[in-house]
Amino acid sequence: MIRFEQVSKTYPGGFRALEKVSFHLERGEMAFLTGHSGAGKSTLLKLISMIERPSIGNVFINDKNLNLITPNQVPYARRDIGMIFQNHRLLQEHTVFDNVALPLVIEGYTQGEIAKRVHAALDKVGLLDKAKCFPKILSGGEQQRVGIARAVVNKPPLLLADEPTGNLDPELSKEIINVFEQFNDVGVSVLIATHDLGLIARMRYRTLSLKQGRMTNDGLSAENGLGM
Amino acid sequence: MMAYLLKTVWGCKMSILFSSEQKGATNRGVNPLQRFVYFWINNLRQIVTSLGEIWRTPVASVMTILVMGLSLTLPATLHIIVKNVQSINVEWDSASEISLFLNEGLSEQQIASAIRRISAYDEVDELRYISKNDAIEEFKTLSGFGQALSYLESNPLPASFVITPTARFRQAESAKNLLLKLQKEREVDFGKLDIDWLTRLNAIVNMLQESVITVAILLLVSVVLIIGNTIRLSIISRREEIEVMKLVGATEAFIQRPFVYTGLWYGLMGGFIAFIVVNFVVWWMQSALVEISGLYVNDFEIEGLSFAEFGWLMAIASFLGFSGAFWSVHRHIKEIEPNID
Repeated sequence: MIRFEQVSKTYPGGFRALEKVSFHLERGEMAFLTGHSGAGKSTLLKLISMIERPSIGNVFINDKNLNLITPNQVPYARRDIGMIFQNHRLLQEHTVFDNVALPLVIEGYTQGEIAKRVHAALDKVGLLDKAKCFPKILSGGEQQRVGIARAVVNKPPLLLADEPTGNLDPELSKEIINVFEQFNDVGVSVLIATHDLGLIARMRYRTLSLKQGRMTNDGLSAENGLGM
Repeated sequence: MMAYLLKTVWGCKMSILFSSEQKGATNRGVNPLQRFVYFWINNLRQIVTSLGEIWRTPVASVMTILVMGLSLTLPATLHIIVKNVQSINVEWDSASEISLFLNEGLSEQQIASAIRRISAYDEVDELRYISKNDAIEEFKTLSGFGQALSYLESNPLPASFVITPTARFRQAESAKNLLLKLQKEREVDFGKLDIDWLTRLNAIVNMLQESVITVAILLLVSVVLIIGNTIRLSIISRREEIEVMKLVGATEAFIQRPFVYTGLWYGLMGGFIAFIVVNFVVWWMQSALVEISGLYVNDFEIEGLSFAEFGWLMAIASFLGFSGAFWSVHRHIKEIEPNID
């Protein structure tokens, strides 16, 4: 699903954020991406979401080389990637419903279809009764779940999460990860960037570790995981 | 503008990364006609939403609309002045009259025979006789020197004929020839044809027209800049929203459209403000001109904006709003790049 081939990224000014990173995340696989801040986690996610382009090497999604995607095509390509952010990035002056509906409105769905899908997405994250609320009255965990609903509402085959549990206590973090697992169960590929090593230790998923821009570990965090 | 909209209709491409799979609204039983209809419904919704956007920032919006309205008022008012002066010009040019002032001390019979003789001219359509007494009476009522004139021992005004030439002899050149011919009549002291001031008026009108164009261009450019700047501020204040939209896959055109529509609304409302102010100015000038006009023409009425001109005003105003917003949006929305940390 996601394949990196000898990818390096050097920012203007000479900072080398990634160096010769290669890995392959299979279709339907769920994995963690970890490392200290500044290790290159965000850069790696930005390369997948086409916010940045690699300096050297190729990034493939579904065997499509992202280097060949023109700037005009980027919005359409992004519709296939559900993105979740540490600070949720919800639009505060819009209701939960409108926030979740945004990707569908952009894609030009009909009103009826939008309502159906938004309700389905909110139901999956357990927030159907909060549809008419504004994000600021929700708790941190609930806001994050709204963010997840927005990311999955148009059923993308791939989910990217950047520190989705960064501001949450362990109990809520577990809950959020469970939501991701549910989507993974129905075949969605999931890549979660986090520095919450305790959380990773409790899970048995493949973990990609970055240290100063290099991939230092690609394997299982627990003894009897799914294998690679 | 049409091309811009059409680009967005047909720009609804389907999934790029997963094109072989069922993905995107295109593949979900939505036919092109329906897509076309939804596109316009969505646009309509965005047009209304952008009106709400103006409502949400009332102070800044009202300021922009007022500046726009007042900037359009000046060229529109100058246009009305030019138009009205030209209409006077046309009216008076075609009905040019010749005044013939008669010698002093003519007897009734001499005057009567002169009237008969001159009326018989082919070139003369109408002859009106103003006696010495008529002349002084008219002067008294019009000049306001009534009291002072009564101190004069004798009437200083000459008797005169006011001659309206027939249609063929109303043109400047032929009227001039007629004047020369009439001046040879022995009862006539001298004649006067108001051609000189017409030429002068024409020159003034031309100059006014030139200045209307210059002033209009300067003001219209400033209107575009003002709208552009207002839209720029609005883009900056909604930066977070724009970033999120880009992250979830909104195209540039989709993000740009509401701002362009806001510019269009600014234009339309500014145009309407200009229309109201221009009408007020016309009404104001009208009341100021009532006395003067009473002196010269019976009912001189300033002609305001016609319906077609109102249409033009609105069209120009909305075009300016559109272009200001379009220019701003193209510069500033591209600059906003989403970030995820």
